[in-house]
Amino acid sequence: MVNKFWPLFFMFWPILAIVSFVIAPSMDWWFPGPAMSKFGEQIDNLFYLILVIVAVTFVGTHVALGYVLWRGVDNRDTKAWFSHGSHNLEVLWSIAPAGILMFISLYQLDVWMQFRVKSHFPEGTTPIAEVTARQFEWRIRYAAPGKKLMTTPQPDDLYTVNDLHVPFGRPVSIRLRTMDVQHSFFVPELRVKQDAVPGTVIPVWFDTMRPGEYDLTCAELCGWGHYKMRGRVVAEKESGFQQYLLTLQAEQNFDGVTRPEHSGAQIAEYGIEDSQ
Amino acid sequence: MSALNPAADLSAHGHDDHGHHEISFVKKYIFSTDHKMIGIQFLLTTLIMLLVGGSLALGVRFQLAWPWRAMPVVSQVAELVGGPNFIAEGGQISPEFYTMLFTMHASVMIFLVIIPILAGAFGNFLIPLMIGADDMAFPALNMMSYWFMWPAIICFGLSFTVEGLNAAPAQGWTSYPVLSAIRDSAPGAGDAQTWWLLGLTLVGVSSMMGSVNYMTTIINMRAPGMTLFRMPLTIWSMFITAILQAFALPVLTAAGFMLLTERTLGFNFFVPGGLVVNDGDPTVGGGQPLLWQHLFWFYSHPAVYIMLLPAMGMVSDMLACKVRKPIFGYKPMVYSMAAIAGLGFIVWGHHMFTSGMNPALGMTFMISTMMIALPSAVKVFNWIGTIWGGKVVFDTVTLNCVAFVSMFIVGGLSGIFMAAVPVDIYFHDTYFIVAHFHYVLFGATLFGCFGAIHFWFPKMFGRLMSDRVGRLHFTLTFIGFNGTFFPMHLLGIAGFPRRYADPYIHPYMEHLMPMNQFITICAVIMGVAQFLLIGNFIVSIFTGKKAGRNPWNANGLEWTAPSPPGHGNFDILPVVYRGPYEYSSPLVDGRDFLMQTELLPPAGDAGNEPAVDS
Repeated sequence: MVNKFWPLFFMFWPILAIVSFVIAPSMDWWFPGPAMSKFGEQIDNLFYLILVIVAVTFVGTHVALGYVLWRGVDNRDTKAWFSHGSHNLEVLWSIAPAGILMFISLYQLDVWMQFRVKSHFPEGTTPIAEVTARQFEWRIRYAAPGKKLMTTPQPDDLYTVNDLHVPFGRPVSIRLRTMDVQHSFFVPELRVKQDAVPGTVIPVWFDTMRPGEYDLTCAELCGWGHYKMRGRVVAEKESGFQQYLLTLQAEQNFDGVTRPEHSGAQIAEYGIEDSQ
Repeated sequence: MSALNPAADLSAHGHDDHGHHEISFVKKYIFSTDHKMIGIQFLLTTLIMLLVGGSLALGVRFQLAWPWRAMPVVSQVAELVGGPNFIAEGGQISPEFYTMLFTMHASVMIFLVIIPILAGAFGNFLIPLMIGADDMAFPALNMMSYWFMWPAIICFGLSFTVEGLNAAPAQGWTSYPVLSAIRDSAPGAGDAQTWWLLGLTLVGVSSMMGSVNYMTTIINMRAPGMTLFRMPLTIWSMFITAILQAFALPVLTAAGFMLLTERTLGFNFFVPGGLVVNDGDPTVGGGQPLLWQHLFWFYSHPAVYIMLLPAMGMVSDMLACKVRKPIFGYKPMVYSMAAIAGLGFIVWGHHMFTSGMNPALGMTFMISTMMIALPSAVKVFNWIGTIWGGKVVFDTVTLNCVAFVSMFIVGGLSGIFMAAVPVDIYFHDTYFIVAHFHYVLFGATLFGCFGAIHFWFPKMFGRLMSDRVGRLHFTLTFIGFNGTFFPMHLLGIAGFPRRYADPYIHPYMEHLMPMNQFITICAVIMGVAQFLLIGNFIVSIFTGKKAGRNPWNANGLEWTAPSPPGHGNFDILPVVYRGPYEYSSPLVDGRDFLMQTELLPPAGDAGNEPAVDS
């Protein structure tokens, strides 16, 4: 049995590996919560599909490896099998993985097209904000309530930092830009990631299934403060979102002066001309 | 020795004409043109660099496990020597320094360890010996390829110090512009980045000289009878690697120069106009940052195979010898390496799935990337097939080779997740990637190298390394390695991004800190275990058991030469009669190997076998 230590050793670690994956979800070593978007669910499904295929292959190859090692130890006193290989086996184990790999890649195309090819975006995807990344924050520009988001900034646009509000339940898109270096817009719970590339504007769509707050992080090295580009995506009801925009507008248009009625003296003091 | 008349040489063995004239110390050990000495120089250099790169990695690991805590030992030492400012007040790692740590860890490991240890050390040492040549085709060029490593190392070193230790390169080893192109973008984007690029270029020059040499040597200098399909897989892998290197590297060199001119001469390739970086003046120009990514990965993806194929070749040779069996499917092994190399040129885009390139490219790159898994799978099956029915004795070499196969399976399979574009949207730039490439580059390549060091050490120094220490080193490294990198898959699934100095400010990652502490402890075990290797290596040079010519009863040509081989390698010019994998051949009785150089009498004519020189 001492002889079998190493075959057991090489079979033991894959068991540990499998066990760690099996217990991972219950230990909270798994996705940061279930996908919060329909698109994210599709990604998760593809992930689990690959996971199953990969797990079977992993177990299969390691069982085979363990078996040949185990038998090899027994073989020590005899002569090894003189064989240069088998053409049939080579053909078999070329074609089988080729088929599986081709299946995986073709099966994925659809979701990818949905994510990135504009003509395949879900119907009714509307641009809701422009997100401009910069070292080390997310600047967000909305159109004024009731208006369309224009490609160039408008005087009545609304601005926030690190706080992106979206209506939930329908696909929305953002115009992703960067002011300086590369960044990447990553919302783990929504399974969305897209690099922001200097010099280009990239439309990114996503949907949220439930109202809530989702962490927004940067996933492309952008300098020493890369880790602290923390923002949030807040999904809320359509009405809540409109209300948010109105509040934002009121805040933004507030000039900082709480004006007492008909106080001409104060107006003169601050040098503000009353246009009314 | 270059006279290609084997028959004349066969009888006159023993005296090699080169042994007699004295070579000065400098010419013998420093500016040597002997491929064996150059190989050993490369090996020692890369082992030192391995320790450097490993220490940098431990810095990274420390920060992730105990963020913003004073580093033990390091902070005390820093204080003793006057406290260099690369660590913030109190001795902890600053976020700036953290970015420098991982940048230099990757740069050192890739450019100064993995690439030179395979091609430089083992390529140099093994190619002439395995094909039966007396030296490389261009010995002086070969010497230069080693001595260009040092300017590269100095440049990398300068990049650390030129602007003070708090301004080392910090843009990641991928060095994406705009971050790497504009001086104001990061503390390390000043002169440090320029020196880094120069270092990169010099490594490239070194590799290029090597690869020209390898190709020429393998094509022109094979011993009589060494047809292409009698070459050991190590040689095939080195040959294919050299071709990859020669075709891919110019692109990186060009890109490096473009970035250099952009930084120093005001050219404009990568930086678009109108960027305001760090509140500086807006940039002027019309560059395209994705261009760098394309050029960079056009080299750096094939480079992944440059960092893997030679290890595959060496493991094939070692495994066949260790299990006393012919390699299973020799030609499929060759073809699959060629396929990996060929496909390796058209998969670079999988590093850029989320980069914003044309989505149609994403699809094509996904299909080519999936397809490259096929030859890799064929190789794995063939390795398992090689062990199948063999005799397995677990010494250090076997253990490392089996670990290579096992780790490569994991690294290959985890690659499928990233090859699938939609899944990669989530996994891109998370720790899943970190786990994946460490399984390939450390798990596969370095375990292969550890095996190769033990296997060919007797040929290098005439003595065997301690098997007991070797197995201990293997066990600790293997446990440490898997403890370090396997949980990183889970971190990746949890959405843990790469290159974060402090991930725990994001609430969804807070609970992952204990796992990172576990990883760091395993990494320390793995790091400490490497001293066993270094110690074993150094001690065995002087006190190891004498090896003789063929300690493993292997078939290759290198085992017909003395250990260590003298200048000119072979005292008997080898003539090759068969492939290198005729282990346990029924043609010979009483032993399970049949060397490539043995001339067997025609079938039916028993007896009168020429003696094996051992």
